[in-house]
Order: sequence, then structure tokens, then C-alpha cells
Amino acid sequence: MIDWPLVSVIIFLPLIGAFIILFIKEDQLTSINIKWAALLATLGTFILSLILWLQFDYSNPSYQYEEKFRWFDDFNFFYHVGVDGISLFMILLSTFLTPLCILASWNNIKKRVKEYMISFLFLETVMIGMFASIDILLFYIFFEAVLIPMYLIIGIWGGNRRIYASFKFFLYTLLGSVLMLIAIIVMYRNTSSMSIEFLQGNYFSYNTQLFLWLAFFASFAVKIPMWPFHTWLPDAHVEAPTAGSVILAGVLLKMGGYGFIRFSLGMLPEATEFFIPLIMTLSIVAIVYTSLVALAQTDIKKLIAYSSVAHMGIVTIGIFLVNQQGLEGAMMQMISHGLVSAALFLCVGVIYDRMHTREIEFYGGLVQRMPLYATVFMIFMLGSVGLPGTSGFIGEFLVIVGAFKYSSYVVIGAAFGIILSAVYMLYLYKRIIFGTITNNKLADILDINTREKIILIPLAISVILLGIFPNLFLDPMRLSLELIITNYEIANAK
Amino acid sequence: MLNNIYNIFFIPEIFLACSSFACLLFGLFLKKNAFRQTSNLAVFVLLLTILLVYYDSEPNFANYKSLFSHSSFIDFFKILALLGSIASIIISKDYFLGIKLKNFEIPILFLFSTLGMMLMIASNNLMSMYLAIELQSLSLYVAAAIKRDSISSAESGVKYFILGALSSGILLYGFSLIYGFTGSMNFDDISFYLSKYDNLNLGLIFGLVFVMVGLAFKVSAVPFHMWTPDVYEGAPNSITGFFAIVPKIAAVALIYRFCLVPFENFYLEWSQIILFLSIASMFLGAIAAIAQSNIKRLLAYSSIGHIGYILIALVAANDDGIKAASIYMFSYMIMNVAIFAILLSLKVKNEYLINISDLKGLSRSNPIVSLSISIIMLSMAGIPPFIGFFGKFYVFIAAIEQELYALSVLGVLASVISAFYYLRIIKIMYFDESKSEGIINFQISFQSKIILSLSLFLIICFIFYPSLLINISASLTI
Repeated sequence: MIDWPLVSVIIFLPLIGAFIILFIKEDQLTSINIKWAALLATLGTFILSLILWLQFDYSNPSYQYEEKFRWFDDFNFFYHVGVDGISLFMILLSTFLTPLCILASWNNIKKRVKEYMISFLFLETVMIGMFASIDILLFYIFFEAVLIPMYLIIGIWGGNRRIYASFKFFLYTLLGSVLMLIAIIVMYRNTSSMSIEFLQGNYFSYNTQLFLWLAFFASFAVKIPMWPFHTWLPDAHVEAPTAGSVILAGVLLKMGGYGFIRFSLGMLPEATEFFIPLIMTLSIVAIVYTSLVALAQTDIKKLIAYSSVAHMGIVTIGIFLVNQQGLEGAMMQMISHGLVSAALFLCVGVIYDRMHTREIEFYGGLVQRMPLYATVFMIFMLGSVGLPGTSGFIGEFLVIVGAFKYSSYVVIGAAFGIILSAVYMLYLYKRIIFGTITNNKLADILDINTREKIILIPLAISVILLGIFPNLFLDPMRLSLELIITNYEIANAK
Repeated sequence: MLNNIYNIFFIPEIFLACSSFACLLFGLFLKKNAFRQTSNLAVFVLLLTILLVYYDSEPNFANYKSLFSHSSFIDFFKILALLGSIASIIISKDYFLGIKLKNFEIPILFLFSTLGMMLMIASNNLMSMYLAIELQSLSLYVAAAIKRDSISSAESGVKYFILGALSSGILLYGFSLIYGFTGSMNFDDISFYLSKYDNLNLGLIFGLVFVMVGLAFKVSAVPFHMWTPDVYEGAPNSITGFFAIVPKIAAVALIYRFCLVPFENFYLEWSQIILFLSIASMFLGAIAAIAQSNIKRLLAYSSIGHIGYILIALVAANDDGIKAASIYMFSYMIMNVAIFAILLSLKVKNEYLINISDLKGLSRSNPIVSLSISIIMLSMAGIPPFIGFFGKFYVFIAAIEQELYALSVLGVLASVISAFYYLRIIKIMYFDESKSEGIINFQISFQSKIILSLSLFLIICFIFYPSLLINISASLTI
């Protein structure tokens, strides 16, 4: 094993990068130094996080690479970080997407490059820190600190309604998370411990669990987001710059799913059992309703944003099935959605950079001028639909298999949503890519350049890799998920 | 009693009183630069007083027939008030010179008011408490009206005086009722007398309510907050800074001591009042600040909101509550010091900044200043990882320890509402495009820069080593 604090290095390397960038002089034309510094810091973080995966012990269900220091003298709060099978891929997703985001912003962020890169690096530190925390207070601090850089990214570099969107994003998610703070303190008061590891037994009375569950639900349901708490998402996505949408869809939404697995399932099993019907209902409504809404959108980004809500509906179904297939499916669906929706937003970014509009009607017949773009877009579109061979299939398939054990109505709802997702994605693809070019402005549009290839091709490869070799990803997480399921079943068998 | 008669001068309050008179004479005989020299001397005197409080010689004599009291809680708040006072004298020096208000009396007034606050914090007797409050308030009335040729300054002074006198009257009436029904003015005696009874009689309840009203006025808790925005707005900025930073510390310590020492056994009676004050302050502070365009009024409502959170910890009335109050008060002090250090150095078109909308474009012309303001605002809103979050966190720990779930939930909801107006300031600095760049000037003296950097350092770096402050505040006893 590794005898140096690998996890802390991964968490704080981007922050150190941000600190260095603070002292690089900004040259007004290109700010090339700042961009390279940011790229190097994020790439370094990604490479280090690959070590996490390579050295990962598949036979150990609990946390690895643990680091623990006393932090507060009066209470049992620790600086306690580590990685288990659940958080491993969340961390990898964050470290993988951030360098791509930096590359995606290489040319289209023209003002305040320095602040932009600092925000992104800070954001990366906070995201990784959140997934790696084993102390709940530490988790909460990272969880809320995410709002600061994201608020700035949407508000400064966003579109026309960016101020509205940034306030809505900040206040909506803050409202959810402050209730979680109260729940955390109540948990601490009952057990005198803030360790996630320790609390994953069954320590609370039934009534306490119900209230705690609702408080956590308020926070994670807003974050993931579940219908009807999803209204901040389309606004935030549409107004955020491309890279902001990528991180928002790719990583921030997963914070909700991650929280459900860790807190609701792990710590509050009996309350979870009680609320499962509620979650299933909300998820199915989310899948069907937001798919139909997505069908009616005229803005490409908004369409993908609504599709995210629908996909997250599949994730919540999978999580709250609490069986092996369901949870594995949910995790796969989260990873897959992280890659696919990030890639789709990047694809939208490609044409937005050229034409400065996201209206679907504006485009049409892009395949005539941009064959390569049409190909990668197709891979991601099919990944989103869930075609076998792509990452999306594994997640959806596993969730549906798992759902049969629970109720066939859920299966029908989920399957209906998957069909609808094929409808709106294929319809979108047809309108943008196929046909002949009718709009004269598109006559000179250029195909993707080298930088964009560097961004999109790794994503395309990983989408297919995930679809063909899912065990590569499922094996490390399997035992950790089994541990959660076993604890859950023991608690509910009593 | 006294080991050595000269030791009397080492009692912090006596030392501060004598030195304040010395400063007054010193200023009187100086021809040139009287203001600057007196300010420096005042800072020096206050620093010495901190040392004396820390070493605390002759505590028994200083209690003077238990008119005053000694405890770690009292010492902590005294030092906090002295530090706040030092910081606000230093950061306001250049501002006074800038607006050509060079009366050397100003630092002297600050000294006397600080003396009043130290006595207030330590007082253990209704009479000494009243006199200390008056010493403190009278100095502040004069300070608010110090800019004699300005109508708004005079107005704020008069307003403060009339409402302050009214509240003092109410307070005094409450004292007389308490004295009348218990036969004693001493906190400990009152506590002893009351311990024989299970219920308060009607007269004592009236007395308690009247005193609570008076104290609520001093901490500017809703619904007795009316004076705060007006006085903050009318007084010169640097005086506003002093108002925001220091007197609140003393008033909060006093209200804690008054509730927890003589009336500790009658928790139910006073906690209902405090509960209402707390909820009303949090929500009114959060909602009324949204519509403000004047930064000083905004900070006034923000301080009302903060008082609401501190009162939550008082309702909790346990050891965690005292700890939470001291951590919160510390964070409140340094956040206000930092924001006023910036406000007192920002000039828009050669006028000191008043309107929030004038901050537009600051992120372009002065990236470091706007970053600092953003950090302070996020900290005030209670967003981690800054110190303001830990203040609120400890308050909620104390509240939940006492099973005040509903109050905690209301508290966090109010904090979400208040986040809106703190974010609005960041929005104005960063999101709004401004055509007129470069009209904002940031000039700061070396000394203020040190104060500003130190407080920003504490705001940001508290998270890395929280135990230092927390161990101190955990050891406090009332």
C-alpha cells in the first residue's frame, strides 16, 4: 500500500494550483500561462487518482487509504478521509471531467480567465473532498462549499439570465442543505460520533430516523434533483457556461445519489424502508414527466437538462430498490450519466462556440459539414438512450432487473421512460444533424478541431469501454455495496 | 484587603479610567496633530488594559463589595471588547482625518465608553449595572452626534439619545421592581432569595419583563431595534463601525449574565421572552435587509440578524450555549472589523462609499478588495469553510443539545433568507457590468492594513486550527 497521504494530496493539489495561479500575472490577450497551470494541476490530480484505482484492494468493502487527524478538541470531529468502492468512481469522475472542462473553456472564456480557473480548481478540491470525507462535518463543509465556486461560475460567465439562475441555484440548494446540518447535529447528539463508518449501523429510534431521513431527503432530493424539486436545474444548466454545465451534470448531481446511498440507506435503514413507496412514485413521475417536457424543448441545453432529471429518476429507483442489481445499476447509471451528459453538453458547446445559439430550429443538416462531429455526437446520444454496448445500457438494464423484484409497475414506468428517452434524443439528433442545410449561416461551419477531439474522444472511448467491460467498474464497488445492503437487511429484519 | 495601595492602579478598570483622564489632558495641551496623537495613545492604553485584564491582580478588591464579579466569561468578553475597540480606533483614524473631523475627544469618548462596557460586563449588582450602562451610552450618544455641522449626524445622536433614555427609564423601573420584591440589588443575593420560591410573583415578572425590554434595546433585538438602522445611517461611518463592533459585545455579555446569574432558576420565565426576541430578530434582520440600498443600513439589519442567533444560544442556556455565544461573538467582531476596515478606506468619486450599487465594477478595478468583501459576506451568511459558519454551527449544537428543534429549523431558514442579501453584494461586485470603471479608490493606511489582513486571516484560517479559540471558549464559566 501507499504510505504517503495520497487522498489528501489529490484533494488539495487543485487548491495549490489555484493558489499558484493567484500569483501568475494575467496577460490580457491569451492568459496562456494561467490556462496551462490549471490544466497541469488538474491533469496531475487525474493521474494521481488513477493510482487510487490501480492500488485499490477489491476484497476490502470498507474504507481504504484512510487518514485521520483530530480536528476539534471539544467534539469528536476529525479530519478523516478515505476511499471505498462507492466513492472511488465518484472521485475518478470528478478528476476525469475537470481537465476536460479546462480544455473546453480554453478559447471561449475570454474575460477574467484567472478568476475562472481559480473557481474551477477550488471546485475540484471541494468535489473530491466531499466524496472522500468520512467525517460528516467535513462532508457537510465540502458539500456546501461547492455552492461558492458554482455560484460564481454561473453568475460571472453565464448567459443572459445568469443572475436569476445563479441565485436560484444557490438559495435552492442552500435551503436543502441547512436542514441537513440540523440532522447532522441531531445525529451527533445521539451518538457522539461523526464518523460515517461508525454511523452505518443502526443507532436511531424509528421516529428519529423518520425526521432525520426527511432532512437528508430535502438536501439530496434538491441536489440530485428529484421531481418536483428540479426547477433550479434547467435554469442553472441553460445559463451556465459549457464547462459549468458539464460539472453540474457530471458531478454535482451525483452528490445527491451518493448522499442517498451513504446516509439514507446506510444510516437510516428503517426510515428508508418506510419511504420507499414515496421515492418510487416521485421517480416514476420524474421519468415520465420530465421526458415529456424534454420532448417539447426548443433549446438543446434545456432538453439535455430535462433528460438529466429523467436519468436521475432511474438512479433513485435503483438506489431505493436496495438490492444488488438495483444499487449496481444506479452506480453504473450515475457514472454513465456523468460521462454521457457531460459529453452532450460539450457537444452543444462545440456548435454554440461557432454559432452562438442553442435553438434547435437554427440547426439542421450538420452531418453535411461536420461528419466527425456527427459521429461522436451519435455515440453519446446512443449512450444516453441506453443502446447495448454503451454505458447507458448497463445501468438501465441492471435497474430494471432489480426492479422486477420490487414491483412490476415500477418496471413499466422505468421502461416507458427509457422509450421516451429514445424518442426525444433521436428526434433531437434528427433535427440537428440530419437533413440538408437550410440555414445559410451554417454553410461555413467547421468540423471539430484538434482540441475538441482531445476532449471528446476520451469520453467516447470511456462510454464504450463502460458498456463493454462493466465489470472493470462493478468489481471494485461490489463489496462496498453489499456491505450497505447487508446492514440494511439486518436492520429491517429486526 | 489590599496588599499594597499602589496596586489599585493595576486594576484594569481603574487604570483605564485614570488613563482616559490623562489622555484627555494630553490632548488638551497638544497644539498640533492632537487627534492623531491621542488616538495612538488611546490604542496604547487599551493594549495595556488588555494585559492587566489578563494578569488580573487584586480580584477581590476589584469586586468591591461584590458590585462587580470575576469569571473567565467576563474576562473573555472584556478582552473581546477591548480588542474591538482597539481595532475600530485604528481603522477609523484615516477616515476621521479624511473628513476633517479632527476632534481629539473622539478617541477619549471611545475610551470612556469602553470603560463603561468593561464595567457593564463585570457588573454584579443592579446599581453598578445601571451606572455602567449609562456611562457607556452617554459616551456613545455624544459620539453619534460628533459631526456637529451635519444634520444627519445630529439627528442620529438625538434619536439615539431619546430612545436610549426611554429604554434606560424602563430598565430602571424594572430594577426598582426587582429590588422592591427581593430586597436586594446584588445578583447573588437575588438568586439566593429567589431560590426559596418555585414561582415568580407578579411584581417580579413585571420587573423581569421591563429589564428584558431595556436590555433588548441595548442589543437591538427586534422589536426594540428601531434606532439601529437610523443611528447607523446618520452617524459618521467610523462611529458606525464602533457601534457595530463593540457595544454589542458588552450588551450580549450583560444579557447573558443577567439571565443566567440572578434568574437562573426561572428559565421558563425569561426564555419565552428571549425566544421571541431571537426569532423576530433573525427574520426581521434577514427580510428587512433585502431592500436596503445603503450599506450601513444593510449592516445594521445584518447585525440585528446576528443578535438573533446569539440569543438562540442564550435560550439553550447550557455550557454549549455559553461556548457558542463566545465563538459567535468573536466571529461577529472580526467580520465586522474586516468589513468596516474596507468600507472606511473605499472612496467613490472622492466620497466615502455609502450606496451598495457604487460597488459595481469593483472586481475589475480592485480584485483583491472585492475578493475580501466576498469572503466576509459569505462568512456572515454562514457558508463554510469560513468562521461565520462555525459560529452558527456551535449555536445550533447548543440549541439541539437543549432539544430546541423548531427554533433551530427557524434559525437555518432565516440564514437562507439572509444569504440572499449577502450574495447580492457579491453579485453587484462581480456580475453587474459597469461602464464607469476606476472611480473607486482604495486607500488604506499601513496599520489598518494589518488589522484587515489579520481579521481576514482569522476568517479564512479558523478552519485549519479551530481548537485554539474553542478550548478557550469551552473553559468559560459565567
